[in-house]
Amino acid sequence: MKTLRSWVLRLGGLVRKQSREAEMADELQSHLEMHIADNVRAGMTPEEARRAALMKLGGVEAAKEAIRERSTLPFLENLLSDFRFSLRQLRKSSVFAVTAVVVLALGMGVSVAIFAFVDAALIKPLPYPDPTRLMAVTESSPMLRSTNLSYLDYLDWKQYNTAFRSLDVYTSGGFLYTAPSGAEPVRAGKVSPGFFQTLGVAPHLGQDFPAAGDRAGETGTVMLSHRTWQMRFGGRNDVLGQPVTLSGEVYTVIGVLPASFQFAPLGAAEFWTTIAPKSSCVARRSCHNLYGVGRLKDGVTIQAALANLTAIASQLERQYPDSNRDRGASIVPFSEEVARNLRPILMVLMGGAALLLLIACVNVSSLVLARSEARKQEMAVRVALGASFSRLCTQFLTEGMVLVLAASALGLFLATSAMEALKNLIPLDMVPRMPFLAELGMSERVLAYAGAVSVLCIILFSLAPALHLTLSAKAFSQMQGGLMTGNRSSTGNGWRRLGSRLVVLELALAMVLLVGAGLFSKSLYRLMQVDLGFRADHLALIEVAAPDSSYETPERSVALERNLISKIGGLPGVQSVAITTIPPVSYNGNTDWVRFVGKPYDGKHNEVNERDVSSEYFTTVGAKLARGRFFTDAEDHTKPKVVIINQTLAAKYFPGEDPIGRQIGDTKLTPASIRTIIGVIEDVRDGALDAEIWPATYHPFNQDTSTDFTLIARTSQKPEAILPALGPAIHAIYPDVGTMSESTMEGRMNNSITAYLHRSSAWLVGGFAAVALLLGIVGLYGVIAYSVSQRTREIGVRMALGAQHGSIYRMVMKEAGWLAAAGVVLGAASAIAAATVSRNLLFGVSSWDAQTIIAVAVILGAAAMLASFVPAKRAARVNPVEALRTE
Amino acid sequence: MAAKTDVWQGTLALMVFKTLESMGPLHGYGIARRIEQISGNQLSLNYGTLYPALLKLEQEGSIASEWGVSDNNRKAKFYKLTRAGRKQLERETRDWEQATAILARFLAPGEEPL
Repeated sequence: MKTLRSWVLRLGGLVRKQSREAEMADELQSHLEMHIADNVRAGMTPEEARRAALMKLGGVEAAKEAIRERSTLPFLENLLSDFRFSLRQLRKSSVFAVTAVVVLALGMGVSVAIFAFVDAALIKPLPYPDPTRLMAVTESSPMLRSTNLSYLDYLDWKQYNTAFRSLDVYTSGGFLYTAPSGAEPVRAGKVSPGFFQTLGVAPHLGQDFPAAGDRAGETGTVMLSHRTWQMRFGGRNDVLGQPVTLSGEVYTVIGVLPASFQFAPLGAAEFWTTIAPKSSCVARRSCHNLYGVGRLKDGVTIQAALANLTAIASQLERQYPDSNRDRGASIVPFSEEVARNLRPILMVLMGGAALLLLIACVNVSSLVLARSEARKQEMAVRVALGASFSRLCTQFLTEGMVLVLAASALGLFLATSAMEALKNLIPLDMVPRMPFLAELGMSERVLAYAGAVSVLCIILFSLAPALHLTLSAKAFSQMQGGLMTGNRSSTGNGWRRLGSRLVVLELALAMVLLVGAGLFSKSLYRLMQVDLGFRADHLALIEVAAPDSSYETPERSVALERNLISKIGGLPGVQSVAITTIPPVSYNGNTDWVRFVGKPYDGKHNEVNERDVSSEYFTTVGAKLARGRFFTDAEDHTKPKVVIINQTLAAKYFPGEDPIGRQIGDTKLTPASIRTIIGVIEDVRDGALDAEIWPATYHPFNQDTSTDFTLIARTSQKPEAILPALGPAIHAIYPDVGTMSESTMEGRMNNSITAYLHRSSAWLVGGFAAVALLLGIVGLYGVIAYSVSQRTREIGVRMALGAQHGSIYRMVMKEAGWLAAAGVVLGAASAIAAATVSRNLLFGVSSWDAQTIIAVAVILGAAAMLASFVPAKRAARVNPVEALRTE
Repeated sequence: MAAKTDVWQGTLALMVFKTLESMGPLHGYGIARRIEQISGNQLSLNYGTLYPALLKLEQEGSIASEWGVSDNNRKAKFYKLTRAGRKQLERETRDWEQATAILARFLAPGEEPL
């Protein structure tokens, strides 16, 4: 207590210094006067009296110093004075200070911003209780590591597994919501009744789906997302029990989800219902449309759970060989599933940001070292005046701290702006799938990361000059010598070597980032140039959803199709219109298992994409016919069933044969499923831009109708111009039909996740690389310029002995050339290694793409030559007489 | 080394407390002279070390200071015991007496108990 009190007072002593000094002087003065007066009274002469009193006190200044030490905290006071001194020093060399702070702030800002994304997407636990026990559970097939569950498989898994406390399923869905303004398509989540309990989420209002038996499906009830409750139902409590009409069926609202609830896979879902047991898909074991989410029992590992489910799956395979052949199980932590798309790119960006930070640190270190080199004299003076080595180190430490603190402040500011900017770059329709980004910001983990980086930087920037001081072993003892003669050459060489190594490191790091940027840019270019198999320009799309209750019969659906096509086709500027269940460049999936009449069948699942398209589809999108013919509009359910296949299917299943006229059926060759191949088209990219082409079948829409489809129009003017007219045109004749997601084909491709990931990695790594190149070149310039300034005398001698300007240029450029070459070679090797690690992110370009590496080497070499040209010119201008005289 | 200083500082503090208790408020010079007088001039105090010690006691709250005028009309800083200082004096006196009594028993000749 007493000690605490005195510490506080001593801490306070740091501020009111002036008054304390005066008081102390007064007190000692009065002490001396009294003592002198006593001594005089005792018979001394005034001089003797004064001398005796001073001796007894032990000297006024010594006494004052003793009091001062007691009245404040000396080490803190030293620190503060060092701090002030550092500020003065930095202000004096403001170019150095500003450069170092900006470079470091840039490096820190970028890495903190990227780390914030990593934190939000990968580190921050999901907003559910005990989130690490939540697993994404799916089936697996020979073609895909993870495929959807079928409802019947799910029921068996749920019943027989011993690994999960609970296992539930979800899938995305859509409804036509009958809003006061008319039919409106809305996103929905369809789940098994225990879904929210498995997640550990309790409704904000009302109740959860009642847990029915395995046959699930208490249909007719709906839960609302909090946002929907607020937006569509005014946030009223009496919403419970109200009827809601979804796709023509009446549901009762039983609950509202909490505002904090988020579920990334179904981020945009407004309405939540249970999976309808009467849908045709639920009854078929081969209809896979569900995703599983399960909560592991305590103590059960993923491996054990996987073994458990795999055993069940193989049992099901024996039991149902037709539908369950080769169907396995797959379990990954749910947190990984949520960030599956983002993880690789975030890792690459984090790596890039780390490299950039490293370059910034190396750059600032070499600046700090160069400065400490230039301050040898100052240090020598301080040592001569009695500064201890540790005192000098404290000085370095405070200078490092001032630098890093300033850089951190600026860096955090940069990071905050960068986060906002990066967030805005995410395409709008991807945002609902990333609910975790809503809390992007300076979380405690991000701040801890920034703090850790700062501390490391402080250590680096105070250790570097201190180490430099000790390592150049002669330096310390030679300081006196340095003071006397101003001789700089003895340690200059040591510094040149160290500086050169740092520059080689910087250039190598810059090379890695440049090659990365080059590879990503080339991937992006390849991706955008990928052979689509159709013409993506001048295509406008709109998704259409018609209520099943009114349009499910083939006749009505075909009438809807024909009316829409002729209506939209009549709009000005529209050349042709077509309909497809799934437009090109969407995804590989929505597959059929097929076999071929007259070909041996081994029971394996021949998985092919299946799309239902209107007769105008191929001509509208611009697909090319390889053999046979396209559909005619007359080919409806009254005519023999036909199918068009793509070349990949033809090559895979009819190698060297003419597929025209052959027949395709389902795995059992059910008579109703048999279709005759009438045409082969050149491959159209059905899946994502970077996905491989799957075998595909196209059925005539008129023979295989649907109430959910996409309408595609080819326009003569810009397709954007027609987008606003599409919805109203459809509603004008069909007010009960919903429309959504008007877009152009090029817009869809640009905003697709694939394009976004490639584009953002190309741009961001490109930005990192540009900064890295700049820093590397500045570093190189610094080293060469320093080297030239050190060798002024040598150059002078050379010139005095008759060296030509050209040879001086060559000499300097050669030094730079060696450094650059070393950096390029080291960098190329590291770049290939780094690219190999992240090759999954590359598209159409190999990790050792020679073109990119050579181009980057040339750029780096040219920049290096440019950077060394200026000092070389200065060297060549050296006046030999001047140079010799100065030394 | 630290222990040595502590003991010394401890005794100095006790002397200061006792002086202030018997003399009332007193300036630094007076305290120093008084200690020397009481010790029969056997203690030679370095006056320069007294002031940091006074500052320490003041920071710890056992004594307080105030500017005033001395007997011969000089401006001087007067120190006085605070309530906490009085308590500390009592406690330290007791401790010290106990310590010296124990030590005295050790040093007394021939009376070792069996």
